[in-house]
Amino acid sequence: MSDFFADFIDAVRTVPLIRYALLAGLVSSLMFGVVGSLVVVRQIGYVASAIAHSILGGIGASVYYSRVYDLPWLTPMIGAIAAALLSVAVIGWVTLKFKEREDTIIGAIWAAGMAAGLLFLHYAPGKAVNLESFIFGNILLTSRSDVIATFVLGIIVMGLVALFYHKLVAVSFDEEFAALRGVSSRAYYFLLLTLTALSVVLMVRVAGLILSQALLILPAATASRFSRSLWAIMVVAVGITALANTAGLALSYQYDIPTGPFIVFLAVFFYALSFLLKRKRA
Amino acid sequence: MNDPTLFTPSLNPLDPVQEGHPPHLIECRGLSFSYGPSLVLEEVSFAVHRGESLCVIGPNGGGKSTLAKLLLGILEPSAGRLTVLGKSPREARTSVGYVPQAMRFDPQFPISALDIVLMGRLNHLKAGPFSRKCRGIATDCLGEVGLSGYEKRPFSDLSGGERQRVMIARALACEPEILLLDEPTASIDLSIEAQLIENLASLRRRMTILMITHDLDLVSSIGDSVLCVNHRVHRHSLPLTGETIREIYSGRRRLEHDRRSRGQRDAQCPCDHE
Repeated sequence: MSDFFADFIDAVRTVPLIRYALLAGLVSSLMFGVVGSLVVVRQIGYVASAIAHSILGGIGASVYYSRVYDLPWLTPMIGAIAAALLSVAVIGWVTLKFKEREDTIIGAIWAAGMAAGLLFLHYAPGKAVNLESFIFGNILLTSRSDVIATFVLGIIVMGLVALFYHKLVAVSFDEEFAALRGVSSRAYYFLLLTLTALSVVLMVRVAGLILSQALLILPAATASRFSRSLWAIMVVAVGITALANTAGLALSYQYDIPTGPFIVFLAVFFYALSFLLKRKRA
Repeated sequence: MNDPTLFTPSLNPLDPVQEGHPPHLIECRGLSFSYGPSLVLEEVSFAVHRGESLCVIGPNGGGKSTLAKLLLGILEPSAGRLTVLGKSPREARTSVGYVPQAMRFDPQFPISALDIVLMGRLNHLKAGPFSRKCRGIATDCLGEVGLSGYEKRPFSDLSGGERQRVMIARALACEPEILLLDEPTASIDLSIEAQLIENLASLRRRMTILMITHDLDLVSSIGDSVLCVNHRVHRHSLPLTGETIREIYSGRRRLEHDRRSRGQRDAQCPCDHE
């Protein structure tokens, strides 16, 4: 066991790849835990899923246009952020405007994003794009600049949540009353969706766009079974995500398991464990 | 010529409109409202004076909740004029403490009693944490409804009656001139109701109370008068005579006029005496 830890710590010290992956994983845990808790109490997990899947449209478009028009600055990350923000605008508008058809329309946006992405990638000139790293994620592809980008996004997200914590909680608990007290529930709904979108973009690298929403929701759902105040849920969720990220990385490095799916598997395992523990306590 | 805003129908004769009275806190003249083609309120006129406790009763679907939403400025009238504190309902919002039914909320939502009450101070918060003054006011408001020491208790741990009292404390934290309650005793145990009535009875002395309710106990202990809303309105002064009670409530204590569906709205309500 001590060998196992020694090996991993050694790898973190000597292999930049592992170091960056660990750093990016730990910093993004902060965001996932905090934003995931808000998503869980607001019960908009399916919206987060739709945003995550529609990101493929932006990734595909950025690959296509950067190759066709030779735009080296148009990276998949920029495409993903643009697509995520576009989904926020459309989904936010749809959920506020057409409440009764909400789930169908969100499903359509989800499908449209993925279909567009696959088409763009199919027609992009040059060598075939490694779809797998987008769909299943690859935390080991994290570079130094990715870690810096994660830090910056993390600071923005945490700052926004810290500034508007009470208003975000208020509109989640009682939209109508918050509006009567002058808090625009629409504005804060869009803020929450934007925070979710930014987290999801970061998460796609860790867990890929298929599994990312699991990593957003499961730790917060696990935490909410034991904590009864939102900030406690946030703290516990951050801890669980960091644990899943680190343990997932260490174990997958040691035993050569695909990292992203394994991290998600650990998150599912902790969630299942919470049911057993809770039952015992009761 | 038929535009109802062009003329001002007289207020209800029971309204204290004679000279010498303070100005009306709420004034409603020729107010109509419809959801699409279905007319919910039809040329409603009434007034509420400062310090009054008015109980709003009437059948389900008769327009009570719509009237509350109009008073809060959540809905805009289709016709007629409605002023609260001499302003439009939207402008007067911050002076109204609204108490929704506690049953409406997700009981598992991770929030403490104090954080709920602090929502009443949201209009004093720009960003970051609440000020010490706001927290002090919220703590006092919890004390006022008999929930001192409940500050950190999670919402999920509270009983139905306690949740409803937290909602009242939240409305008090708005430092309101008018308290607007939506069926505060709905789904609450009779034994717990007494405490709630006690809370409201003490509040009645220092603010105007408007209360939608089906509960006759509440009407008789809190109300000065009764406004029966069934697409039109009619005021009754209190105490209601036995005859009137029999007419309105057909001998039932908790009143549900639900037999009177929207489709039959032309049928006379026993309190539509006009």
